Amino acid sequence: MSATDDYEGAASGAKSEVAQFEDHDRGFIGRFHHALHVTPALVPLIVLVSAIIVFGLLLGSKFFSPFALTLILQQVQIVGIVAAAQSLVILTAGIDLSVGAIAVISSVIMGQFTFRYGLPVEISIVCGLAFGTAIGAINGFLVAAMRLPPFIVTLGMWQIVLAANFLYSANETIRSQEIEAEAPLLQALGWKFNLGGAVFTVGVVVMVALVVILAYILRHTAWGRHVYAVGDDPEAAELSGVNVKRTLISVYATTGFICAIAGWALIGRIGSVSPTSGQLLNIESITAVVIGGISLFGGRGSILGTFFGALIVGVFTLGLRLMGADAQWTYLLIGVLIIAAVAVDQWIRRVSA
Amino acid sequence: MKKLFAGTALAMMASTGIAAADAHSTSACLITKTDTNPFFVKMREGAMAKAEELGITLNTYAGRVDGDHETQVQAIETCIADGASGILITASDTSSIVPAVEQAREAGLLVIALDTPLDPIDAADMTFATDNFVAGELIGQWAAAALGDEAANARIAMLDLAVSQPTVGVLRDQGFLQGFGIDLADPNVNGDEDDPRIVGNDVTAGNEEGGRRAMENLLAVDPMVNVVYTINEPAAAGAYEALKSIGRENDVLIVSVDGGCPGVQNVADGVIGATSQQYPLLMASLGIEAIAQYAEDGTVPAPTEGKNFFDTGVALVTDQPVDGVESISVEEGMALCWG
Repeated sequence: MSATDDYEGAASGAKSEVAQFEDHDRGFIGRFHHALHVTPALVPLIVLVSAIIVFGLLLGSKFFSPFALTLILQQVQIVGIVAAAQSLVILTAGIDLSVGAIAVISSVIMGQFTFRYGLPVEISIVCGLAFGTAIGAINGFLVAAMRLPPFIVTLGMWQIVLAANFLYSANETIRSQEIEAEAPLLQALGWKFNLGGAVFTVGVVVMVALVVILAYILRHTAWGRHVYAVGDDPEAAELSGVNVKRTLISVYATTGFICAIAGWALIGRIGSVSPTSGQLLNIESITAVVIGGISLFGGRGSILGTFFGALIVGVFTLGLRLMGADAQWTYLLIGVLIIAAVAVDQWIRRVSA
Repeated sequence: MKKLFAGTALAMMASTGIAAADAHSTSACLITKTDTNPFFVKMREGAMAKAEELGITLNTYAGRVDGDHETQVQAIETCIADGASGILITASDTSSIVPAVEQAREAGLLVIALDTPLDPIDAADMTFATDNFVAGELIGQWAAAALGDEAANARIAMLDLAVSQPTVGVLRDQGFLQGFGIDLADPNVNGDEDDPRIVGNDVTAGNEEGGRRAMENLLAVDPMVNVVYTINEPAAAGAYEALKSIGRENDVLIVSVDGGCPGVQNVADGVIGATSQQYPLLMASLGIEAIAQYAEDGTVPAPTEGKNFFDTGVALVTDQPVDGVESISVEEGMALCWG
C-alpha cells in the first residue's frame, strides 16, 4: 500500500460538519419573508386580525361583540367545512368543482331516505355520508387511475350530481317543521349552546374540530406527508415509494365524505332540506383556499390558512353589511383579496428575496 | 308474432304521423327558465293539460339553469323552424332575448311572455303575469293592518332577491312599502327610501341559505326587527330559522310572495303571517288558449284594463284576515298552490 493511497488520511483533513444552510442576517424584510415562507398560514392570519381590528374600530361593539363574532363562525361553517375538503384536493395540485353538488345531494339523500322511504334517520345519515364518499371516490378513481385532469372530471361530476339531485328530489323542499317533528337528528349540526354571550352551533364545533384534525393528520402522519409529496411532484413521490394512485383516490374520497358532512350541517343551518342550496359552494370554497394561501399548483400551504381564509370572507361580509355597504362591495373586495393572495404567494415563493 | 308486432308498430307510426299532420296548423312552444323549479314544472303541467284538451301539439323547452339565455334562443329558433303558431316564454334575460323574439314575430308567430315581462314589455305580443307590485302591496297592507297603531314604530327588514335588482324583486319590494305606507322615493329602485322604520335591505338569492344569512345580518344591525318582508317563501323559511336561533320567532311578522305549497303550509304553521299567491298554471293554460285563438283567426290577446299586461291574478293567503284587505284562507290557498 503506497502513501498516495492513504484515503483515511485524506478524509481527516476535510470539514467534519454536516451540510447546512447558512443563516445570514437578512434584515427585517428578510426575516419577515422567511417567517412567511415557513408558516404559510401567517399571511391570512395577519389579514384576518387586521380586518377584525379595522371593523372593530369602525363599528365598535356592534361588531366587536361575542354575538357578532360568533355569528361569523356560524355563517362560515358550511363554506369552512367544504373548504377544508377542497384544501386536501388542491394540496395534490387538483381542484374539485363538485364539492357543493356533493354536499347538496348528500343532504337531499339524508332527507329523502328518511321521509320518502321511512328509513330510521341514523341510517339515512350514514347513507348520505356513504354516498358523498362514493362520489368522491369515483372522482379520485377517474383522476388517479384513468389519468383524467381533475378540472374536467369534477366539472363533469358537478353537472351529473346536480342534475341527479334535481331529478331525484323533484326539486321539492322538505320543510323545517316536518324535520323538527319527525327527524330532529337531521338538524343536529344546527343545535346550539351558549358560552358567555357567544352562541356556538354543533356545526361550528365540527368545522373547528375538522380543521384541527386535518391539520394534525397532514403534518404528522405518513398519509398527510404523502398528500403534500403527491402535490409537489407526483413522479418524485412515486419513485420514493408513495402509492400515488391510492393517495389520490383516498384524498378525493375523504373530500366527498367531508362534503357530505357539510350537507348535514346545511340541514342544521337552514332547517329544511332544499335541493337548490349550496350552488356557489365550489367557488366559495376555492376562494377560501386561495385567500388562505394554499397554492393552486399543489404541495404548499396549510389547512389552517384555509380556515382563516373562510373567516376573512365572513368578517368582510358581516362588517360591510353592518356598515350599510351594498352587497356588491363585498364581492369587489373579495376579488381584490384573491388576486392579492396569489401575488403574496408568488412573492413568498421567491426564497431568495 | 314478431312480424305482427312490427306491423302494429308501423301502423301506429303511420297513424300518429297522420295525427301530427292534422294538428300541424296549431302547434305551440313553451320555453321556461329551468325545468326543475316547481313554479315552471306547474307551468308546464298547465300548458300540457290545456294543449291536450284543445288538440294542440306542444313542445317544451327549458334552460339548464336559471340565466341560461343561449338555450332559450336556440329553443325559439327551433320553434320557428318547426312552424309553430306561437311561443310562450319565461325569459332568463329579458332584454337580450328581444332580437330572437322579434325574429319569431316576423315569422308570424304569436309570442307571449309568461310571468316575466320582456324589456321593453311590448317586445312580446302580450304578457301573462302576476302583478308583482300588487302582490307586494297586499302583504304590505296586511302587515300594517296586523300591527295596528304599532305600525308607526315598526322595525322593518327587507330581504330582497339580488344586487342587480331584477324587476320582479323591485316590484314586490316597492309594492310592500307602498302597502305599508312608506314613501317610495324612486319606485324603480330598492333601498333608496329614508323612512327610519326600515332597518335595511339585504339580498337572499331567493333561497333558504340566503334568507337566513340576510336575516342574521339585519339582526346584527338591529336586533329589534319586528317586520320582515321576503321576496319569496324559501327566503322566508331561512329568515325564520335565523329568528328561531335567537328565540324571536314568535314576535316577528314575516310576509312573503309566491304561494308554493311549502310556503302556504308555512302560513298554516305560523312561520309566515301572510303570503301573496300567484298562479303559474293559469298563466300557461291561458297562454295556450291565446295561441289556439291566434291560430284560428289571428286574434292577439288584449291586456287587462288599465295595465300593459294581462293580469293572471294574485290572492293574499292568511289565516289571520284583517279588515280592509281581501284574503283567502289557508285551505283555499292549499287547493291552488303549486310545487
